[in-house]
Amino acid sequence: MTEWTLSRALNEALRDALRTDDRVVVFGEDVGVSGGVFRVTDGLQAEFGERRVFDTPISEAAIVGSAVGLAFAGWRPVVELQFDAFSYPAFEQIVDHVAKMRMRTRGRVDMPITIRIPAFGGIKGKEHHGESPETYYAHTAGLKVVVPSSALDGYTLLRHAIADPDPVVVLEPKARYWTKEEGALDADAPGIGVGRVLRDGGDVTLLAYGAMVARIAEAATQLADAGIEARVIDLRSLSPLDEDLLRRSAEETGRIVVVHEAPRHAGLGAEIAARTMELAFDSLAAPIARVTGWDTPYPPASLEDAYLPSVERIVAVTKETVAY
Amino acid sequence: MAEPHPQPPAHWSGSEPRQVLAPDGSLVGPLPQGLDATAFRELYRWMVVARRLDRECIALQRQGELTVYPGHEGQEAAQVGSAWALGPDDFVWPTFRELPVALLRGVDAVQYLQYHRGTWHGGPYDPRATRFGPICIPIATQIAHAAGYALGKQLDDSDDVTIAYFGDGATSEGDFHEGANLAGVRRLPLVLFCQNNGWAISVPTASQTAGEIWRRAEGYGFPGVRVDGNDVLAVYAATREAVDRARAGDGPTLIEALTYRIGAHSTADDARRYRADPEVEAARAFDPIPRFRTWLVGSGHADDGFIAACDEAADAFALTVREGVIATPAPPAEWAFDWVYAEPPVTFERMRAEALATERR
Repeated sequence: MTEWTLSRALNEALRDALRTDDRVVVFGEDVGVSGGVFRVTDGLQAEFGERRVFDTPISEAAIVGSAVGLAFAGWRPVVELQFDAFSYPAFEQIVDHVAKMRMRTRGRVDMPITIRIPAFGGIKGKEHHGESPETYYAHTAGLKVVVPSSALDGYTLLRHAIADPDPVVVLEPKARYWTKEEGALDADAPGIGVGRVLRDGGDVTLLAYGAMVARIAEAATQLADAGIEARVIDLRSLSPLDEDLLRRSAEETGRIVVVHEAPRHAGLGAEIAARTMELAFDSLAAPIARVTGWDTPYPPASLEDAYLPSVERIVAVTKETVAY
Repeated sequence: MAEPHPQPPAHWSGSEPRQVLAPDGSLVGPLPQGLDATAFRELYRWMVVARRLDRECIALQRQGELTVYPGHEGQEAAQVGSAWALGPDDFVWPTFRELPVALLRGVDAVQYLQYHRGTWHGGPYDPRATRFGPICIPIATQIAHAAGYALGKQLDDSDDVTIAYFGDGATSEGDFHEGANLAGVRRLPLVLFCQNNGWAISVPTASQTAGEIWRRAEGYGFPGVRVDGNDVLAVYAATREAVDRARAGDGPTLIEALTYRIGAHSTADDARRYRADPEVEAARAFDPIPRFRTWLVGSGHADDGFIAACDEAADAFALTVREGVIATPAPPAEWAFDWVYAEPPVTFERMRAEALATERR
């Protein structure tokens, strides 16, 4: 069995995509010789050449805007925006053009663009290096948004994202880049729009994505010691949501706790709660609970632990939900 | 003694623009290579057709058949001259004011005007078949698309050229800088064509930038040129040289075409709030169409019969377009969903069903 880090598995996904589709191009800031600040593009330029893998000026709007033009010219661009907060200069291009261009051309021109963004906190990073921008993109019609939580799934989701004829934003949890997982890479495992159950349980459903998946898994272990059997779901796909899994979890466990790093207000947890209520209100035995970052700007490194949902917070809120 | 000619618009001050025809129609520079009498007449005909259609569109808007419409009166030479310099496979990335360019690219005018009729965003024409990109309202963003398209052609070893149209106001946007800079770094086969028409809605060029726009090119490491944008022959010559450079692999060119927006920013704008009528009247003395007509007839390339025939053809064309626009119905409701995704998620399909059920209720 091979052992993969998320960074290495994503690197392999890019390599396999470059190998199997000669219209794939990979570009962004420092992705060439340097191999990306998180090494996700390591070695790709050496293997595929400067024509397929190249550095750009520090110009996020032009990185994404040129991806639109490249798609018109028949290419399949995979771009890296170096950090979550640095995706904002490209926001206009993503929302006004990438997301809408297929509709604007009445389906004549697809936008098979993959936008990779190292995202979220948990690495004691600098200011503007720990943001959770998922709601901005998940709110935008025309985009698909995925978040891998582990190495093997990172490979699967990135391969699906690149193969998808529609634009996909891939938010890669920085805190998980160096986390190892053993197993075989699988491009054909279930892709966008499908969540996965990592642990089954009948008392309550814990639902998260990205780095928070490891925390709800740990919380489930602790809850089991207290006699509570928690189902653990890695959402994977934020847009579209796996509605069937939400409905099933409500019907089968009656209680749901959503966990994310992003601020609570208008966070993805709000959509999950509302959607689940619409789908299975009668099955719910307790209000859907949210364990989230606070409604503050992402804090400095020394305050990070108080901001991110801790296993303790998750366990405490889950116990309240189960006792409701 | 001829009457003293009015002063040109304020934003034309500074470096002398390249010119072939003086505002009075006299020849002051060498005629561009590659144009014969037929081409001269075509340039004139397209300018007349474009202006006539522009007036028809404003009338259609006043009559409620179009939503907001952005006129191009005064900018016909800048658009027709530059578009004439393109090859059939070259690709245009327009703003929302390039109807004349669209006509020259063979875009169906009725289809184009669906955008302004409010029946479709982007434009229902096929951008790949016409090599005329979707109408672009967010300022300067199309420059980044153009850079990417040019990059794609460069990666394919194609000799197709890409041209991005934008206005003076767009040069204040980050996307202008980012697109131009990327074009310079990668020596992209790209022409950056700025129509400096003096006004970005209500803000004059002097409040938009303190320098001359064409000079920005030097900072990006490629040539810039300032051309009299109301001189169709000078515009053609400057654009043709830029296109040839790009096609030869010699990289981008920035062209600043000095022109003037005779009309308001759009039919929703009242230009009298911010500029005086005498300024507009003075600018009419630099109108590109009489200037070219004077030379065309004077040089014997066309006669009065041709001029009259152009007017008649333009009238007939405008009426045909009018009928086509009016005959176009609102699209069916399901079109709001039909092309959002190539692979629509199941959740999206459920919402489509919900929306269309609501529609039928």
